[in-house]
Amino acid sequence: MTDARKRGATVKDAKKAWEEKVSSSAKQRDALFTSVSGEEVDLLYTPEDTADLDYERDLGFPGEFPYTRGVRGNMYRGRLWTMRQFSGFGTPEDSNERNKFLLNHGQTGLSVAFDLPTIMGYDSDHERAEGEVGVCGVAIDSLRDMETLFDGIPLDKVSTSMTINAPAAVLLAMYICVGEKQGVPSEALRGTIQNDLLKEYIAQKTWIFPPEPSMRIITDIMAYCAEHVPQWNTISISGYHIREAGSTALQELAFTLADGFAYVEAGIAAGMDVDEFAPRLSHFFNSHLDFFEEVAKFRAARRIWATDMREKYGAKDPRSWLMRFHTQTAGCSLTAQQPFNNVVRTALEGLAAVMGGTQSLHTNSMDETLALPSEEAVHVALRTQQVIAHESGVPNVIDPLGGSYYVEALTNKMEKGCRDYFDQIDKLGGVIPAIEKGFFQREIARAAFTYQREVEEKKRIIVGVNDYVDEGEEVRIDLLRIGPEVAERQKRVLADVRHDRDDAAVKAALAGLRAAAEGTNNLMPHFVECCRVYATEGEMIGTLRDVFGEYREPPIYW
Amino acid sequence: MADRIRVLVAKPGLDGHDRGAKVVASALRDAGMEVVYTGLHQTPEMIVNAAVQEDVDVVALSILSGAHMTMFPRVLELLKKAGADDVVVTGGGIIPADDMEELGKMGVDRLFGPGSDTREIARYITEAVAAKRG
Repeated sequence: MTDARKRGATVKDAKKAWEEKVSSSAKQRDALFTSVSGEEVDLLYTPEDTADLDYERDLGFPGEFPYTRGVRGNMYRGRLWTMRQFSGFGTPEDSNERNKFLLNHGQTGLSVAFDLPTIMGYDSDHERAEGEVGVCGVAIDSLRDMETLFDGIPLDKVSTSMTINAPAAVLLAMYICVGEKQGVPSEALRGTIQNDLLKEYIAQKTWIFPPEPSMRIITDIMAYCAEHVPQWNTISISGYHIREAGSTALQELAFTLADGFAYVEAGIAAGMDVDEFAPRLSHFFNSHLDFFEEVAKFRAARRIWATDMREKYGAKDPRSWLMRFHTQTAGCSLTAQQPFNNVVRTALEGLAAVMGGTQSLHTNSMDETLALPSEEAVHVALRTQQVIAHESGVPNVIDPLGGSYYVEALTNKMEKGCRDYFDQIDKLGGVIPAIEKGFFQREIARAAFTYQREVEEKKRIIVGVNDYVDEGEEVRIDLLRIGPEVAERQKRVLADVRHDRDDAAVKAALAGLRAAAEGTNNLMPHFVECCRVYATEGEMIGTLRDVFGEYREPPIYW
Repeated sequence: MADRIRVLVAKPGLDGHDRGAKVVASALRDAGMEVVYTGLHQTPEMIVNAAVQEDVDVVALSILSGAHMTMFPRVLELLKKAGADDVVVTGGGIIPADDMEELGKMGVDRLFGPGSDTREIARYITEAVAAKRG
C-alpha cells in the first residue's frame, strides 16, 4: 500500500466517526445539495477521495502531458487569455464600427456573430430571410459585405473568430479574399471558424446538409488549411450550445469530446496524418455557475483529450495533444428579472473559466436575455474580465485549485462519467448514428426538463426569479433594435453586386463548385474562386443544397 | 377524451433554440394536454397548415431570434384566411415588453418571457381555451 493510500484508509475511518458525530448533533437545512447539473456532492472531501491520484500520471506539470493543470508552461504569466467579445449585428458597417470600438477598448481578438440567413445559407433577399436580416448578427451576402466588415482592420494584426457552421467554408473563403485585397497572404491569417456540425445536429440546430456531406466539407477545410492557412483553427469543437440547450456539465464534456474524436477519425479516414490537422482543432466550452464543477470539467477535458489523442489516435506531435479552448459564460444562467444580478453571475463564471485555464473568454452582457446587448452592457462585461485579470491576483498562479480534495475528486468523476458516455455512444454505432437515433437530443431534453422542474418546485433557487423577487418589477432596459432599413440596405447592395460582377465568371465558378461537390475534389479552392468573383453566399450554398440535399430531424422532446 | 386541449408548439423562422419549446411541450403534455411539436425551421404557412390539419385549440410559437414582429402577424393572418381565427395564439421567447403590447393589440394572446413558470403557462392556456369554447 502506498503512503497516500494508507493515509486515505486512516482518514476514511476518522471521517466516518466525524460524520456520525455531525449528523447526530447538527440539523441540515431543507435544501438540495447537488451541483447545478444535479450531481450529488459530499459534505466534505478528504485525502480519502484522492488516495488513488498519481501526481505525475494524472496531473503532471503545466505545458506537459497530460496537461491537466494547463496547456502552457507559464500560463497567464506569459500571456493573459484573449478577451474576445462576440459581436455582430445589423449591416456590415454597424458591425465594423462595433469591432473598432472593442479593439479601441483593449479587446484583443474579434469574434463575429452572423445573422440567421447567413448561418442558414440564404441571401438577404430570400423569402426565408424575411424578418431575420441583421437581427441576430451581421448580414453577409457576398465578398463586398465582408470587405466592409473588415474595412480598416488589418487582418495580419488581429485574430478573428467566426461563429459559422454549415457555410463555414464560404465565410473562410471570403476572409481569405479580403486578406488578398489587403495584401495579407493566407498563411498569415489567424482565426477560427466554428465549423462544428455535429453539435448542430445535437443542440444548436442550424444545420443545412445531412451529416455525411457535412463531414466531407469539414475534412476538405482541414486539408486545405493545413496547406494554405496553417494558423487557422479549422474547427471549434463546441460544448457551449450543448450546455445552453439544457445539458449537464458532464453531458457537455462527454458529447463535445465525442464530437471532437469523431472529427479526428474523419480526418484520418480522409487520408490525413493525425498530426497534420489535429494541432488546429480547438474547443469551446460553457462556464456555468457551479464554480467547482466547471473547473473540474475544464481540467478533465484537457486530460481526456491528451490521453486519447496520444494513446488511441497515435498523435506524436505534442500540439495534437493540447486542448486549447475558448470559454463563454452561460447565457442560460442569466435572468431577465433584476438584470444587474447578471453581472455578478457572469463574474463568477468568468472566474471559473480562468481558474480552469481557458485560452480566451467571452463574458456575457447583463441584458442579453432580452435582446442584443447595449454598448454600456458590453462595456461592463469586458471590464469584468479586466478586473479578474488585473485585480484579483488569480492569474499569478497556475491551476490554483489543483490538489484540492474536492476538485481532484470531481475531476476524476467527470472523466469516469465521460468514459461511460463514450461507451454508450460506441454501442449506438458512433456519434452520427447516435444523432440519427435521437440519443443526444433526448438526453439533453430530459436534463433541461428536470432542471426546469426543480426551479418551478423551488428545489433550486434562482435569485429574482423564484425567490427574492422584486414585486411589481418592470423589466425595461435600453435595448438595441434592428430596423427594416438593414434588410433594405442588404438588398440594395446585393442588387449592386449582381449588376457589377462578371456574370460569365460567376457562372463558371459555380459550375466548378458543383462539379467538385458531385465528385471528390477539395471544395475549398472552388469556394475561394466563387467568392473572388462575387458569387453570393446563397448561390454557393444553393448549389450545394442541390447536390447534397437538406437534413431533417425527427422532432423529439422529453 | 373529446375535450382534451390540443396544442401545436411551433418553432417558426430559422433559429434553432428549441430548449424552451421542448420544455413547454413536455410540461403541457404532463398537464394533460395533447401536444404536437412541429420541429424546427417552420414557415408560417407550414405552421398554419399543421394547426388546421391537427385541429388544435392553441398555437404556441417559440421565437428567440428577434423575428417575432414578422412571424406572429403572419401566422394570425394565415389563420384568419384559413377560417381558424378562433385558435388561441400564444407563445414565448425573447420578446421585449413593448413588442408584447403591440402584438397583443394585433390579436396575439398572452406571451411569456424568460423565467416563466410552465405551470402558469398551462393554467393560462386552460383558461383561454375555456373562454373561447364558452
